Amino acid sequence: MAEFRMPSLGADMTEGTLLEWLVQPGATVHKGDVVAVVDTSKAAIEVECFTSGTVRRLLVEPGTQVPVGTPLALIGEEEPVAPIAPPPLTGHPAAPVLSPLVRRDASARHVDLGTVHGTGPGGRVTRLDVEHAVEAPAPPPAGPARRRVSPRARRLARETGIDLSAISGKGPAGIIRAADVEGAEPAVARPAPPAAEPAVPTTAEQAARRAAAMRATIAALMARSKREIPHYYLTETIDLTDALAWLHDRNQDLPVPRRVVPAALLLKAAARAAREVPELNGFWIDEAFLPAPTVNLGVAISLRGGGLVAPAMAEADTLNLDELMDRLKDLVSRTRAGRLRASELSSPTITVSNLGEQGVESIIGVIYPPQVALVGYGTVTERPWAVRGLLGIRRTVTVSLAADHRATDGATGARYLRTLARLLERPEEL
Amino acid sequence: METMTMIRTTLREVAPEADLDHLEPGADLREALELDSLDFLRFVELLSERSGRRIDEDDYPRLATMSGAAMFLDAAAHGTS
Repeated sequence: MAEFRMPSLGADMTEGTLLEWLVQPGATVHKGDVVAVVDTSKAAIEVECFTSGTVRRLLVEPGTQVPVGTPLALIGEEEPVAPIAPPPLTGHPAAPVLSPLVRRDASARHVDLGTVHGTGPGGRVTRLDVEHAVEAPAPPPAGPARRRVSPRARRLARETGIDLSAISGKGPAGIIRAADVEGAEPAVARPAPPAAEPAVPTTAEQAARRAAAMRATIAALMARSKREIPHYYLTETIDLTDALAWLHDRNQDLPVPRRVVPAALLLKAAARAAREVPELNGFWIDEAFLPAPTVNLGVAISLRGGGLVAPAMAEADTLNLDELMDRLKDLVSRTRAGRLRASELSSPTITVSNLGEQGVESIIGVIYPPQVALVGYGTVTERPWAVRGLLGIRRTVTVSLAADHRATDGATGARYLRTLARLLERPEEL
Repeated sequence: METMTMIRTTLREVAPEADLDHLEPGADLREALELDSLDFLRFVELLSERSGRRIDEDDYPRLATMSGAAMFLDAAAHGTS
């Protein structure tokens, strides 16, 4: 019998609130399936289980806050002879709930799971729903999109305590309009169906609390970083003219959804360079550097309501540009919709901050412990630049590296930035 | 004006939290609404879809403001781009 425990979703997390169970006793689960939703100070996070087997017992009620490591459920490791599936809550057959399979499917077909109406148990999205979403001409637009809500609908939802995530928008392109909110019943007024509706505060309260909690979390983590990590900093200005021209040519013939933004190219280069300089890719734990086996690139994403989350793009160094671009879109939209998975929050091995998009020349970052390096890209700007003895106007970017001096010295950091610059000289090989 | 309505609707979808009521027609959209490059790409994608007009990367600078975008799309509609 294995225990499914409250996971640690990052160095800063000490406790979490179980929001929702996505499985019931008797359900068969596989390693990697999303089985629960946990609320941290940053967001509601979907948590995967780490063993395969049958759910024997749920030990913690939704709405309960428990310390990291607390057993949440018991999972029997052997498969039952006859699986005892829970009775489906709707007339539809029980289907895998938000399983990685469904997500992969949705991602491959450019379906935003936030806009799909789930018909599985407890309103979960099934593969069939994803297929229907692809066929249905109406709501889901091509390309991953964040959940769209009109400001009036948002205000209305706040005032009436309606959970926007429970509403399917009937406006153009699936946007949630005020009318859709008016047609919905407040979550509080409805008797909670078993397990599907966690007893948690309304979205608005939650959002306000979360904003404060996120500030506190960032404060604690960054203070710890500055207290414990002896940072050293290196910067390098790179001529991007040729790389951007190459990208521009490549995008020229492509429809808008297939175009790749320069940020994707820069992220790819950062990931590849981390593979080539593995001394910067990993963790400082117990007074020693622990190299990571893969490059899980943390991408700092600012949230619209304020705050910052840096989830990981797993094995970013192995993705081709198109794949990376798709994953980036997906990651950003899910981060802002609060649909991140546990593995994405806990696994970055090196992080990139791309504040350059906000128009600043350079960013000298603060490392996320226990990582040992943070790469920062400034804005791409035109500058007078000397090339082979001639002065020209080139498009350049200033890239910085903040690294943990306990783990590496400046020479290693310099090698990283040189590698990065070299990779960007040959964008077609990225 | 129909084009302007389309632009506003589209912006509302791309940046639902943004306050468009106080946005000057000549204000830089990326700056005023804090759009990142992915948001902007989505804006272009939706505009292109809705206007039926091909929008190349070279046209992006003309979409920097609401009034610029309206002019660009109207000109395209009259075949004078």
